[in-house]
Amino acid sequence: MDTMAAIKQTFFQECEEQLAELETGLLAIESQQVDDDTINAVFRAVHSIKGGAGAFGLDELVRFAHTFETVLDLLRGSQIEAAPPLVKLMLRSSDTLADLVRYSRDGGEMDQARVGQLHDELMQVVNPVATPACAQSAEPHAGDDEAGGDDPEAFFPVTVTFDDLIGENSDDDGQIVFNVWFKPKPELYAKANDAAKLLRELRALGEADIACDRSDVPLLSELDPEGAYLAWNVRLVTSAGESAVRDVFEFVEFDCEIRIEAEPSVEPDFEFTPEPVAEIGPAEAPADSPAIPQAVLERLAEFAPEQAAKAAAPSAGASPAQQAQTTIRVDLDRVDRLIDLVGELVINQSMLAQRVTEAGIARLSDVAVGLDDLEQLTREIQDSVMAIRAQPVRPIFQRMSRVVREVADMTGKSVRLITEGENCEVDKTVIERLTDPLTHMIRNAIDHGLESPEERVQAGKPEQGVVRMTAAHRSGRVIIEVSDDGSGINRERVRSIAVDKGLIDADAQLADNEIDDLIFAPGFSTASAVSDVSGRGVGMDVVKRSIQALGGRIAISSRPGKGTAFTLSLPLTLAVLDGMVVTVAGQTLVVPLTAIVETLQPKNSDVHGLGETARVISTRGAFIPLIDVGRELGYRDCEADPVGSVAIMVESENRAQSALLVDGIIGQQQVVIKSLETNYGHVFGVAAATILGDGRVAVILDVDAIVAGSRSDPARSEGANRKRNAA
Amino acid sequence: MTRTILTVDDSRTIREMLRATLMEAGMEVLQAEDGMQGLEVLQGARPDVIVTDINMPRMDGFGFIEAVRGSDQHRAIPILVLTTESVDDKKDRARRLGATGWIVKPFDPAKLVNAINRVAA
Repeated sequence: MDTMAAIKQTFFQECEEQLAELETGLLAIESQQVDDDTINAVFRAVHSIKGGAGAFGLDELVRFAHTFETVLDLLRGSQIEAAPPLVKLMLRSSDTLADLVRYSRDGGEMDQARVGQLHDELMQVVNPVATPACAQSAEPHAGDDEAGGDDPEAFFPVTVTFDDLIGENSDDDGQIVFNVWFKPKPELYAKANDAAKLLRELRALGEADIACDRSDVPLLSELDPEGAYLAWNVRLVTSAGESAVRDVFEFVEFDCEIRIEAEPSVEPDFEFTPEPVAEIGPAEAPADSPAIPQAVLERLAEFAPEQAAKAAAPSAGASPAQQAQTTIRVDLDRVDRLIDLVGELVINQSMLAQRVTEAGIARLSDVAVGLDDLEQLTREIQDSVMAIRAQPVRPIFQRMSRVVREVADMTGKSVRLITEGENCEVDKTVIERLTDPLTHMIRNAIDHGLESPEERVQAGKPEQGVVRMTAAHRSGRVIIEVSDDGSGINRERVRSIAVDKGLIDADAQLADNEIDDLIFAPGFSTASAVSDVSGRGVGMDVVKRSIQALGGRIAISSRPGKGTAFTLSLPLTLAVLDGMVVTVAGQTLVVPLTAIVETLQPKNSDVHGLGETARVISTRGAFIPLIDVGRELGYRDCEADPVGSVAIMVESENRAQSALLVDGIIGQQQVVIKSLETNYGHVFGVAAATILGDGRVAVILDVDAIVAGSRSDPARSEGANRKRNAA
Repeated sequence: MTRTILTVDDSRTIREMLRATLMEAGMEVLQAEDGMQGLEVLQGARPDVIVTDINMPRMDGFGFIEAVRGSDQHRAIPILVLTTESVDDKKDRARRLGATGWIVKPFDPAKLVNAINRVAA
């Protein structure tokens, strides 16, 4: 069933939101920011998950959510206090709830023992303080303590049928005669119930003789329009049982006097004087004062026409109002299609601008001015469309708090996670692909970065370690930093490991930051024994590669005894890029602007040879490796003459500078990124392609790859060869 | 006559389920995410029946029922309360405040439609 499948999907989406809400709330409670709103929000989150799960028959999820909710209800009612052990238990429960949701969605087997144990722990919170008021949900049966919350009947309604009890009253043909007398109280009408509707329902059960008892109706002068004066006698012949008859009065049993008696098969000894009521239906149930029969209204109208009209006013004339919507859900494919189209629009617009210039149209002509406006608009559309894909990093930050808890538990370290800048917005794809790298970095920070509590105390630090995760926008990029206040990188150890693994020569002279960078080297792992925590088969090299795949950079800085910080710099979007358009050997290339530090025109005296093939350029008193882009990419065999060329100074993620030698600069332009890998394949030194204003295709340089490639070039190291062969 | 039902629930899942169920039964559906929004919708519409949740942010079901019953214009609209528990105290409180009837979640579609037909004029 399509609708149900769609709703189920909605349910799981909503679960994710509720789980995030739950975690945020619990973390606020953990940091002592307890207020009613937070506790209510936390309760509601679990309650909602339970409600939806029940609708889909996800019993296991319902059961756990129910017990969890019971604990939260106690908290809400101030029957228990949010002491640290309880908050910890609730955080673990929230993690398990999240797992249960995911298993319900994706299938697979949940760790029953863990769920069961947690469930028991929650029940232990419930039971010692259980009071009748809260027993509602947990229903701890006597002598059935640990299984109390497991009992689905603790929460699902049970239908009790009385039919069997009255079997002897049945007529031969299964018909029973019931005498029903009921007299509504004013409250019945005040709650929008209506005697007419009850009679209608009784009649639906069988053959009904209905009589109205008007004996209590006062004189008009004493009549309270909101009062209830009428009673009804109904003789009902039905094959439905007594429970069906009672069900009719389910909603009103406290708001009317009621007697339901099954007649013995003989004639009734019950006395009543039937006065048949003509017709009972909606027309006789005026919305505002249903207690007043039509006849009364008519009479009333003679005295007070306005009131009567008001009382009898029909419920028609209302039109459905539009619901106040603040968000809509849109399929991501549609947004991406829109982004693609806007990309085409940008290209088209710049092509048009170029044609206009080529046609020699004056810059101040109407056409050129109109085109400028178009450019402005195009930019704005582009920005707005990109903003649709932008999402705050909050969810991923929240996910990390769970990672912190788990790793802290596993390593026996006490850790506090501080997050800042959760509202920072980044492209959805970037966010999605950040989870794994960040998870790994957090694991590393706790496992390798932070010391054990004892070591920390010895070093004069607080027992609890701090992992800080911040996000901020800086010059068109988002910067995410993961830092810890641990012991910093043990450089001697890193160095010796690198030597052991043959990553560097034993006598290599390395600066501190170069040693730190070694941890990004493929195959490097500082854990002498692969631990449970960090050693999941990926090292920091994988982290680095996945960040680079996002067009991002990663850098590390460490201070002995003070801690380590990893800094990620990521593009806000993967769809456009500001680039410098350059020419190399007749080809047009785009260099991402974010990588460029400066450009300069080298003089012959600036360029020095180094060894057989390498050249450096001296600028501002430093020697910087000169990379001939044309040669690196195989556009030409001979070396380009630096004089008359342009050197573009670029900075790669380890802050090392290099100079890219190109033939000339055409200009600066925002370009739409078209993946080359999707449509063609990976090419060494090329990140992607784009279409320029004149319609030509230009490749976008992968600066880091070119720098790395050229660096390993002279040494002809294995890695570089592999890389090139792969390309 | 097509019946118009206002559903008030903070859970999108439940709102969607209610919508699917009620539309299937040929009813028109208005939606609100909490009591506050429910009251806003009521300013421009006169539903035949209101189906509301209890636990909601901003204005919960109790507050909403009280507000509807306190309004001259809307007090005669039947209100069905959705409760997760068959437990009596919440249902009772809702009833005392003026709820017309109740439906226990997870609701059975047929029972929901039946309950609506029962209380609708």
